[in-house]
Amino acid sequence: MAAPTTDRTESGSPGAQTVSMAKALNAGLRAAMEADGKVIVMGEDVGKLGGVFRITDGLQKDFGEQRVLDTPLAESGIIGTAIGLALRDFRPVCEIQFDGFVFPGFDQIVSQLAKLHYRSQGKLPMRVVVRIPFGGGIGAVEHHSESPESLFAHVAGLKVVSCSNAADAYWMLQQAIASDDPVIFFEPKRRYWEKSELDTSATPQPLHTSRIARPGSTATLAAYGPMVRTALDAAAAAEQDGHDLEVIDLRTLSPLDLAPVFDSVRRTGRLICVSEAPGECSVTAEVTARVQQECFYSLEAPVLRVTGFDTPYPPSKCEEQYLPDLDRVLDAVDRVLAH
Amino acid sequence: MPSPQHDPPSWTRSSVGSAGAVEAEPTAAQVIAGLRATSEGGDDLVQLLSPEGQRVHHPDFTLDVGAEELKSLYRDMTLVRRVDREANALQRQGQLGIWVPLLGQEAAQIGAGRAMAPQDMAFPSYREHGIAWCRGVDPTELLGIFRGTDHGSWDPRATGLHLYTIVIGNQCLNAAGYAMGQRFEGKVGDSATGEATICFFGDGATSQGDVHESFVWAAVYDAPVVFFCQNNQWAVSEPTERQSRVPLYRRAQGYGFPGIRVDGNDVLATLAVTRWALDECRAGNGPVLIEAYTYRMDAHTTSDDATRYRLAEELEAWKLKDPIERLRVHLVREGVAEQDFFDGVAAESDELAARLRECCEAMPAPGPERIFSQVYAEPSPAVQAQHEELLAYQAGFADAGTPDGER
Repeated sequence: MAAPTTDRTESGSPGAQTVSMAKALNAGLRAAMEADGKVIVMGEDVGKLGGVFRITDGLQKDFGEQRVLDTPLAESGIIGTAIGLALRDFRPVCEIQFDGFVFPGFDQIVSQLAKLHYRSQGKLPMRVVVRIPFGGGIGAVEHHSESPESLFAHVAGLKVVSCSNAADAYWMLQQAIASDDPVIFFEPKRRYWEKSELDTSATPQPLHTSRIARPGSTATLAAYGPMVRTALDAAAAAEQDGHDLEVIDLRTLSPLDLAPVFDSVRRTGRLICVSEAPGECSVTAEVTARVQQECFYSLEAPVLRVTGFDTPYPPSKCEEQYLPDLDRVLDAVDRVLAH
Repeated sequence: MPSPQHDPPSWTRSSVGSAGAVEAEPTAAQVIAGLRATSEGGDDLVQLLSPEGQRVHHPDFTLDVGAEELKSLYRDMTLVRRVDREANALQRQGQLGIWVPLLGQEAAQIGAGRAMAPQDMAFPSYREHGIAWCRGVDPTELLGIFRGTDHGSWDPRATGLHLYTIVIGNQCLNAAGYAMGQRFEGKVGDSATGEATICFFGDGATSQGDVHESFVWAAVYDAPVVFFCQNNQWAVSEPTERQSRVPLYRRAQGYGFPGIRVDGNDVLATLAVTRWALDECRAGNGPVLIEAYTYRMDAHTTSDDATRYRLAEELEAWKLKDPIERLRVHLVREGVAEQDFFDGVAAESDELAARLRECCEAMPAPGPERIFSQVYAEPSPAVQAQHEELLAYQAGFADAGTPDGER
């Protein structure tokens, strides 16, 4: 039942298909709900409509209104009641409709969700997942294109992850739901409809680990969520110039898994962090600080960052200039290689 | 509709009426006077025991209460007040960093707490020492929060008392969600064995969005939750008219569930009304809002100075309605208790206070491991590394063996 409808791949593995990230997330949710009757989905329009991005499509029909809740339209209410349900051992999966709408729920996330395990010294685990479609590039109005992940990564008690492809979407979401810690799950909404391979019979790597998405030797690109695709495209383009770039998909933003980044930088001597979010006090700032601390004598060039600017998200007609793209990443590659 | 410039000073529009109807509404000054009519609480106030200690008939709420139950209610209130006063003194003597007094709210809390069944769940704010008492949480367990040795030490699952919540109103949504879970698990429907949730918050909290949202959620999911608002007239320095145009219990109507104002200094009325409300929830007829009309006789906390914003006469007026004194008078008047009973409770209070003091002074400060303990269910390598870093840093001083180390 969990298998999404899709094209079979050429690999021939019985569980292997090529699916969109949206379909993979839907299949992951379905698998988690089938595996554990305490998993419930709650959010605005997640029932009959299947969510504005259709990630929860068909779930209410199959699991009922008591496991897929169309909630009143208030984000603090969604998170606050999910916490109450978690206190009764439910495992709520909350959908925040768009990144910029999470802030009414920010208080409950920071004040209660992140702290109850610590406050109770382990007596009250908070098994809640908050799914947030994030990032720009879809030509949307204000509050629909933001990248607020660093705000959550800064909060002790929360775990923060972001998927970049269908397989990670499918597995990481199930792993987040099975986690005994609260997980903020960032989904790159502009990649929802991109297809990639998903093998539902594979063994997934652990949730809080990063991954080498493309091995290389000239310089390292570290990215996550929507920027992994951009980094891979940049690496493919750089290959024509004779540069062999390594791309690391961070996957987990809190806790960070930087050992593969350190290993990579020790080999390449050069690092570029790529993210849509404003750079100031961000995940990329943290990665940069830690790399200079751990890899000081391996660095051949300063660590560079290609990020959104330290402005509010601009009107969408400007977003092509605001968002890191292939050319801005290649420009940074040229600059680190100039050292 | 009359044009705005012709409006009399008005407070609310209960209906879109004619000019005549509008004129009949009270002026702003009258509204404030009504909200602040603290000695009466209005016509809708449910009372079963007058401030003079006489039983009062109420058409909707009755309470069949025997001598032993009356005496035990008196005992609970007296012991809780003694704990409160001792803790207040411990703060003054530097043993606690801060204390949040409940003085004056004993009847509201003991009445509500004693109405709960063992299977019920309570979500407190941070002044609910009387609720904690009724849930069997030892008063010494409350001290750690205020001494700075923990953030709440009791087991919420075992006691049916969630941890104290300091961010105003947050707990109301958590309670609504918990009650939704009770319904989803099929725990409501039987007024004897069913489960219910009760959530405590103050008059100030009613302005919070979370409290509004919790009313919405509880209503649309028929959640078995009693919203128990202790209106103690003051949100730190701000009086009720800074929070509302209408009496707080009337807000429930807008959400589609019953709202009741009870005399929060009357333990019998509070017990009767809360018992009814919890039974309604248990039977599947929740939610219910209760406004317990009471008075914070002490400051907001030991850091607050209430003389800066309220008059001494107000406190004097409320002293005449003291929740413990009115029950004591009733017990004496009805011949339910003799002097030796009161002496016994007083002696028990002193013993409890002495035990509280002794425990407080003996509470050790936690070691550095407490900083890093249980941040996550699945231990974080980054947090563990920081713990080890701190220990190594501290060990450096021990190895140095400086002469100052002997001091």
